[in-house]
Amino acid sequence: MSERRKQVILAAYFPGVNNTTVWTDPRSKSQIEFDSFVHLAQTAERGKLDFFFLAEGLRLREQRGVIHDLDTVGRPDTMTVLTALAAVTTHLGLAGTLNATFREPYELARQLASLDHLSGGRAAWNVVTSSDAFTGENFRRGGFLRYEERYERAEEMVRTLRALWDSWDLDEPVADQASGAFLRAARPGAFRHQGPQFDITGHFNVPRSPQGHPVILQAGDSDGGRELAASVADCIFSRHSQLSDAQRFYEDAKGRLARYGRHRNELKILPAVSFVLGGSTADATEKAHVVRRQQVSPQTAILLLEQLWNRDLSGYDPEGPLPVVDPDVSPEASIIQGRTRMHADPLKTAAKWREVAEAKKLGIRDLVIEMTGRQTFIGTAAFVAEAMNDFVQRDGCDGFVLAPHLTPTGLDDFVDDVVPLLQERGVLRHEYETTTLRGHLGLGVPVSAS
Amino acid sequence: MTDQPLHLAVALDGTGFHPASWRDPSARPAELFTPRYWGDLARAAERGLADFLTIEDSFGIQSARYSGPDERTDQVRGRLDALSIASFMAPLTQHIGLVPTVVPTHTEPFHIGSGISTLDYVSRGRGGWRPQISTRAAEAAHVGRRTFPEIDPRLPATPEVAAVVSGLFDEAADAVEVTRRLWDSWEDDAVIRDEPTGRFVDRDKLHYIDFEGRFFSVKGPSIVPRPPQGQPLVVALAHSRVPFEFAARAADVVMVTPKDAADVDRWVHGVRQAEHDVGRTGTPLLIFGDLQVVLAATHDEAVRRREALDEADGARFKTDCQQFAGTPDELAEELLAWAAHGLVGFRVRPAVIGRDLDAIVDGLVPALQRAGAFRRAYEPGLLRERLGLGRPQSRYVRSPS
Repeated sequence: MSERRKQVILAAYFPGVNNTTVWTDPRSKSQIEFDSFVHLAQTAERGKLDFFFLAEGLRLREQRGVIHDLDTVGRPDTMTVLTALAAVTTHLGLAGTLNATFREPYELARQLASLDHLSGGRAAWNVVTSSDAFTGENFRRGGFLRYEERYERAEEMVRTLRALWDSWDLDEPVADQASGAFLRAARPGAFRHQGPQFDITGHFNVPRSPQGHPVILQAGDSDGGRELAASVADCIFSRHSQLSDAQRFYEDAKGRLARYGRHRNELKILPAVSFVLGGSTADATEKAHVVRRQQVSPQTAILLLEQLWNRDLSGYDPEGPLPVVDPDVSPEASIIQGRTRMHADPLKTAAKWREVAEAKKLGIRDLVIEMTGRQTFIGTAAFVAEAMNDFVQRDGCDGFVLAPHLTPTGLDDFVDDVVPLLQERGVLRHEYETTTLRGHLGLGVPVSAS
Repeated sequence: MTDQPLHLAVALDGTGFHPASWRDPSARPAELFTPRYWGDLARAAERGLADFLTIEDSFGIQSARYSGPDERTDQVRGRLDALSIASFMAPLTQHIGLVPTVVPTHTEPFHIGSGISTLDYVSRGRGGWRPQISTRAAEAAHVGRRTFPEIDPRLPATPEVAAVVSGLFDEAADAVEVTRRLWDSWEDDAVIRDEPTGRFVDRDKLHYIDFEGRFFSVKGPSIVPRPPQGQPLVVALAHSRVPFEFAARAADVVMVTPKDAADVDRWVHGVRQAEHDVGRTGTPLLIFGDLQVVLAATHDEAVRRREALDEADGARFKTDCQQFAGTPDELAEELLAWAAHGLVGFRVRPAVIGRDLDAIVDGLVPALQRAGAFRRAYEPGLLRERLGLGRPQSRYVRSPS
C-alpha cells in the first residue's frame, strides 16, 4: 500500500462584514438568523470539511466618524452560535474568534471547555487581541492594552487556559453511584497563575473536556505573530496565495517549531482563500468579474480608496480619476475605526495605484476592483481542485480556509463540485474517520501537565 | 380554579437540587457533561409545556462552604457554562423559553447583551437570562481584578459586607440596564439593504447607548441587531429588600420563596413595596413562587424519598426555598392555594431530575390541566408574549413629531 498523500485541510468561513461579502445578490440571506449558520455548517459537514469558522465583532466600524453602512453590518455572538451549531452537526469542528483583550481566562476557559463538552470534542479558538481604545469603549477596562503587549497577552492567555483545562485529573469525576464517590479527591480544578497579564488562583469548575485542549488558531503575519503561533498555536491563518511567497512563509513558520520542542506536523498552515467556479474557464472568469463588481459598488470604491488615502474623498466621482493629493500619513489621523489598518506604506501603495490607473486608463471604481481582493481560485471545478491540491502538495500550505462571498449558500457549489474531485485524488476524506477536531487535523491528544 | 392559567418554569441544575440526587438510580451522573444529557432534559421540560427552563451557573465550584471548595467527594462538583447549555438546547426545542444564569459581577455587560441577544436568535424568540451576583471572595480570585471580603452568611452582615452586597446589586442593575439599551440600540427596521444607495443599514436607526455609571461605561451600539423578542426576558430570584429592589429596577419576572400559602402575602407585599420605592414604571413584575419538589405516587412514599435523600447525604438538606414532598395532585393543590395569594406562576426545582422532572411533566402538569389552570398545548408566539409581556418598541424610536 502506498503512503497516504498529504491531506488537504479545509475550513468554511462564515462570510463577514467586509465588502467581499456580497449582500446585493438576490440569493444573499441574513447574516444573523440561525438558519444561515445551519446551512453553511451543514454544507461544510456534508463536504467532510474539517471545521466551521466564525469571526467576531465587538464594535460597529466607523468611517469619517459615523457608523459604516455600506457593507454587511452586525454579527451574532460567536460562542452562542457555535454551541447552538453543536446541536445540529456531528463531526464538524467549530471554531470561533474571541478577543483575548476583553475577556478573562476563567470565563473564556469555561466557555471553550463547555463547547468542547457539548460538541463531543470539536471546539477551536482563534486568538486575537485588540489594543484599540475605540473597541475598548464598550468594555469595563477600556483600551487598556498597550500595542506592544498584544502578543504577550495572547500567549499568556493561551497558557493560562491550558493550565485551567489541565486542572482536573483525566479520570475525574468518577461519578460512582455504588461507592458514593463523585470525585476521587476533594477540591478538583486547583490552579494558580501569576503573570504580567493575569494573577488568578482558585478552582476551575469544568472537568477536562474531550479534546483536553480545544484547538488554538492564530492569525498574524508579523514576526511576533509567527513566533506566537510557533510557541502555542495548532493552526495559523496566513494571507499568502502566491505559491512562492506561501512556500517561504510555510518554511519559516514550520522552521520555528523546533525551538519550542514541537514537530513540524503540530502547526497547520491555512491561508484564507476565495474561489469562483464556472462550467468553463471563460464562464468562471466572467462570473468572477461580476462578483468583483458586486463587491465594489461605486460607494464602496470611494470608501476603500479612503482607507488607503486616509482622507475624506466623499466628493470624488467613483468613475473619475484618482485624487491629485497624496494619502495623509500623519500618525494621529485615522478616518477608519474598528478594524485593522490595511496598508503598511500608503504613499508607496498609492504610487503603484497611480501607475496602474494611468497604464490601464482606469477610473476609481475599476482601479479598486483591479487592485483589491481578487479571488484566489477562479476556474472549473477540476482546475480549482487541481490548483488547491498542487498548492498543498508543494508545501504552500496544509489546507485552506474557504471564504465564500455569499451568505449562506456560497459554499454549495464547492462542496458539490470540488470536494468529490479532492476525494477522488485521495486528499480529502470520504467519511469522517475521527470524532474530534484534533483527530480530523491529525493533532495528538495533549498530555495533561498536572 | 384560578381566573388566569398559571405559568410554569422548570429549574435545571446537575442531577437535581438535592445534593444526593446523583445517587438515585434514575440519575445519570456520568453523563452530566455530555450533550445527550442536556438535550434530553430540554426535551423533557418541553414535553411538560413549561413556559421556560432555567439553568444554574456560578464562577466557582459547588461547595457546602459559602466561598471556596469543601472537602466533600460525595456530591456533584463541576458544571458547564449555562449560556452555552441554553444555546445548545435551542435547536433541539421549539417552544420552551431558555433562561440561563449569568453572573454580571464577573462578565462584561457588552458580552452579556450580545450573548443573550444571540440566544434569542438561535431560539427564535425564546431567550432570557437570570442575573445572579457573586459575593464570594473565592470567585473574585478566579478573575483577579478585585477582592471581596470573606462573608459568613450565618452571621448578621456587618456594615462593610452590607455595603459590598448592595454595591454588587447596583452594579448588576447597571449591567441589566446596559443590556436592555443594547437590545434597543438597533431599531427593528435598521437593516435596509438599499442597493441604489449601496447602504446595508440606515445608520440613523442605530444608536449609541452612551451608558455611564459608577462601575463602567459602555458606548454601543450593540454588535447584534435587535433580537426577535425586542427585549429578552430578565428573571431574578430574590429573598429580601435589596434584591427585591434590584428585581423591581431590572427584571420582568421575580421568583420568591414563601414557605406556605399564607406566607405568600408577605412576599408579594415586599415586591410591590420595592416597585413603589424604586419608582418602577410600566408592567409590574410577574411574581413566581419558587420551590423544590420531591414527588411520588403516595404522600408517604414522597416523604420517605426525601428522608432517604437526606440520609444518603448525611444531613437534613437546607436550602433557600420550601421543600415540598407529596403527590403531584397535592402539589397542584398547593400551587393553586399559593397562586390565590397573588402569584402568576411557579418555578419548580426537581430534587432529583431523573425522577421528579418526569413527575412534574406526567403528574403535576396533567393535574393543573384538569384544574383548568395550565395550557394543554403551547400557544403560538415568543416567550415574552406567552407571559403577557408583549414585544416592546425600542426606546430609541423617535415618536413622530
